[in-house]
Amino acid sequence: MHKLIVMLCLMLATNCYAVQTGSDLDARVAHLTEQLRCLVCQNQSIAESQADLAMDLKREVREMLEAGKSDAEVRDFMVERYGDFVLYDPPMKTSTLLLWLGPLVLFLAAIGAFIWRLRQRSREQDAAPPDEAELAKARALLTNKDEQ
Amino acid sequence: MKAKALIPLLIFIGLTVFLAIGLTLNPREIPSPLIDKPAPAFNLRQLNASGQALKLADMQGKVWLLNVWASWCVACRDEHPVLVEFSKRGVLPIIGLNYKDRDADALDWLQKFGNPYTTSIVDADGRVGIDYGVYGVPETFLIDGKGRIRYKQIGPITPEVLERELLPRIKELQGA
Amino acid sequence: MIPELGHFALILTLLVATVLGILPLLGAQRNDAALMALARPAARLLFMLVLVSFGCLTWAFVANDFSVTYVASHSHSQLPLVYRITAVWGSHEGSLLLWGLMLTGWTAAVSFSRRLPDVFNARVLAVLGLVAAGFFAFLLLTSNPFERLLPAALEGEDLNPLLQDPGMVAHPPLLYMGYVGFSVAFAFSIAALIGGQFDAAWARLSRPWTLVAWLFLTLGIALGSGWAYYELGWGGWWFWDPVENASFMPWLAGTALIHSLSVTEKRGAFKSWTVLLAIAAFSLSLLGTFLVRSGVLTSVHAFAADPKRGIFILALLIFVVGGSLCLYAWRAAKLSGGGKFANLSRESMLLINNVLLAVVAATVLLGTLYPLLADALHMGKLSVGPPYFEAVFVPLMVPVVLLMVVAPFVRWRGHELPALVKKLLPALGASLLIGGAGAWATGTPSWRTALGLALAAWVLLGSAQLLWGRLTGQGTLMARLGAIPGSWWGMWLAHLGIGVFIIGVSLVKTMEANVDVAVKLGESAELRGYTFTLDKVVEAQGPNYTAMRGVVRVSHDGQTINVLHPEKRIYTARQMPMTEASIDAGIFRDVYVSLGEPVDASTWVLRLYYKPMVRWIWAGCLLMALGGLCAALDARYRKLAKIKAPA
Repeated sequence: MHKLIVMLCLMLATNCYAVQTGSDLDARVAHLTEQLRCLVCQNQSIAESQADLAMDLKREVREMLEAGKSDAEVRDFMVERYGDFVLYDPPMKTSTLLLWLGPLVLFLAAIGAFIWRLRQRSREQDAAPPDEAELAKARALLTNKDEQ
Repeated sequence: MKAKALIPLLIFIGLTVFLAIGLTLNPREIPSPLIDKPAPAFNLRQLNASGQALKLADMQGKVWLLNVWASWCVACRDEHPVLVEFSKRGVLPIIGLNYKDRDADALDWLQKFGNPYTTSIVDADGRVGIDYGVYGVPETFLIDGKGRIRYKQIGPITPEVLERELLPRIKELQGA
Repeated sequence: MIPELGHFALILTLLVATVLGILPLLGAQRNDAALMALARPAARLLFMLVLVSFGCLTWAFVANDFSVTYVASHSHSQLPLVYRITAVWGSHEGSLLLWGLMLTGWTAAVSFSRRLPDVFNARVLAVLGLVAAGFFAFLLLTSNPFERLLPAALEGEDLNPLLQDPGMVAHPPLLYMGYVGFSVAFAFSIAALIGGQFDAAWARLSRPWTLVAWLFLTLGIALGSGWAYYELGWGGWWFWDPVENASFMPWLAGTALIHSLSVTEKRGAFKSWTVLLAIAAFSLSLLGTFLVRSGVLTSVHAFAADPKRGIFILALLIFVVGGSLCLYAWRAAKLSGGGKFANLSRESMLLINNVLLAVVAATVLLGTLYPLLADALHMGKLSVGPPYFEAVFVPLMVPVVLLMVVAPFVRWRGHELPALVKKLLPALGASLLIGGAGAWATGTPSWRTALGLALAAWVLLGSAQLLWGRLTGQGTLMARLGAIPGSWWGMWLAHLGIGVFIIGVSLVKTMEANVDVAVKLGESAELRGYTFTLDKVVEAQGPNYTAMRGVVRVSHDGQTINVLHPEKRIYTARQMPMTEASIDAGIFRDVYVSLGEPVDASTWVLRLYYKPMVRWIWAGCLLMALGGLCAALDARYRKLAKIKAPA
């Protein structure tokens, strides 16, 4: 069923809410909870989610920050309980090496292939006869083959 | 045929293998990082007239189940008869963690559907639930004599889960 | 009776598609005119049959025929008529039928193209027929929308309330038009691979089709993003959710394809690359279907997971993509050649942009599939979310946008670097200045805003300079305007759209603000100079829902600018709560209110959002789509195609 998960989250919504004070703490809570994945509605962050558990976790994050914990300590707290799954920003480690280095490797490979292609083309230009004639010849050949 | 022209095909084959494996996996089930780690401590009021506290340390030396439940939880209704039947066999103590519930509702529910629990403890604000990484009720933890979590069942215990997953592990732990 | 008719039409569709997929292909190999002549009528018949089938399903919805399982699960007698019609594509089976309708519609449209040589036409239609055959086999065997429910339900279970929305009416058809539209470019490429014939005509003929598909996909994605923005109630417009990525990857490949096609058409180069991109664009559309409908990834939008369907789509994917890549590997050697070009030339610029777009698409694919990859390799469950995608997407897109502005200034074959630098240096300097000054002016300067604004300025200044260059010189202004071809306007508008889009994204990201506040009736809350007064919360009755409707007066500088009515609805049939945000939209900012939960009898939680420049995001997408339209309508395609097409 479409959007089932979102619906479940909405159904679980309660009247918990965070009292805003408009301080830096709010900004820290917001920033941190945006990067934590809600386990109930698995495609929302804890900040967005209205699920009961997300509300509790928002409260937990706020209390930990109020108690002077660092952002890293809060993240560790979550990972100890729910695993790496809660982190929308996957940490760099062996299992995520390919994830983080992949784009860079792809980028370098692409640039390499591009440069190689340009070099190859300039070499081709020196050696090969004009392309147009070859093209026309090839086309003629192929057309003949089709007609056979 | 140029070898270079085979690259897209090879990438696609690799992708297909992972997609095929992916079909056999359940992306929604998140294994607990707490397996084989000491169970988080708690000290909670029991769900009964006495209201005495129960601590994690009180269960030292026993193999036991911690079953997270609530009267508002729909899936708990499905699981409940299985637990009630199982408790009659007296294999091991089953402690209920009544999660974010109201005492009156919870007691009413046990009255109506039977009480499989050795005792239930009250986690009204869900903090112990968070310590145990609970994200969907019902969940069940198998804890050994040294207070370590050995297995976690996410979602209702079915007769199948009981026979295949829980009982063999319980036997092994009790034998040790 | 009518559902059976629809079912029967579907079975006939499968048969006709199989015939279309096999006989004309044989005919083209043996040069048998009779077999090839089958292709055109068969393609049209195919579309008629699916239309009948689609009509039957629509009738079942309109007539509330709850003896059809699909209708019973996704409609309700109290559902307004327009949503009963759109409920046809509200879930898996029906949306697949819509997919099929689009696919056969595109096939039929190709059959009317008189410019294609017969052999080529037969092959293109046959390839589309084969795709349709696989697709309708999937539909009939795993997802039959006409399945009967015995005994019939007395009442339907209602359409998901999230889908009871005008945005959702148009989003899937547009998106599918795009996805499926790439099947035409795909079929052109496969037909060319089979025939071994790749000339300028092939590229020229497939270009308008590709442009139309691309413009629909652009609109579909923009509409989906807009829908998420106001319907999901938390003011986000892009979440890097797997289903969004599933639509974004074909878009990236399609964008690269459009550019690559222009080189192939004008210079005869990059044939191999163009063919590969055409295969990739359609394959990624199919892959997206697999990801969303098989349940291998968790997504907000996921359809009910059914492993059987997953296996079938995977088989279809292997058949279509695997088959075409085998063909590619076999034929690629024929795809060499093309005109000369220097290291700095329009060709090289388009090639590098293309390659970078492919890297971006591959990166999105990597991020989307990585949780699956990690799980399959027993490396644990992990999540890859917006922080990852933003971290890798931005650095990869910066060179793309930088070069995008340069490319139109560079001549085909070759260009002098000093001349180019001299020409563009003023715009580059001005962009950097504007970026810095703009970021400083926002009050919360960050390097991201500066980068975004500098890039946007670069695009806009570059576009202005480009237009200026076209309009100055000899002849009257009108004559020069008239001489500009549609495809040039298309390029210009689409690139301008990117600039507008970047302005929206970089400003909304850095300057947006939101707050959740508990407000007593009659009292107010503040956000960024706007005062939100909760006058009252009243009960309201919709056709199939009841709602609590907040009346929120929004004022700025002491003046009331709007009264917003955010709602919290309960849809009666499913007893599902929904938040309906209310927005005061403006060119330079949106003010967005959604009603949260009551705290007590006289206090409600309000979610307030201030979204500067958010409309520019979709305005940019509209400009891109408009550009696609201009280019697709370019008169030159039609005229020249006729002359150049090999007989």
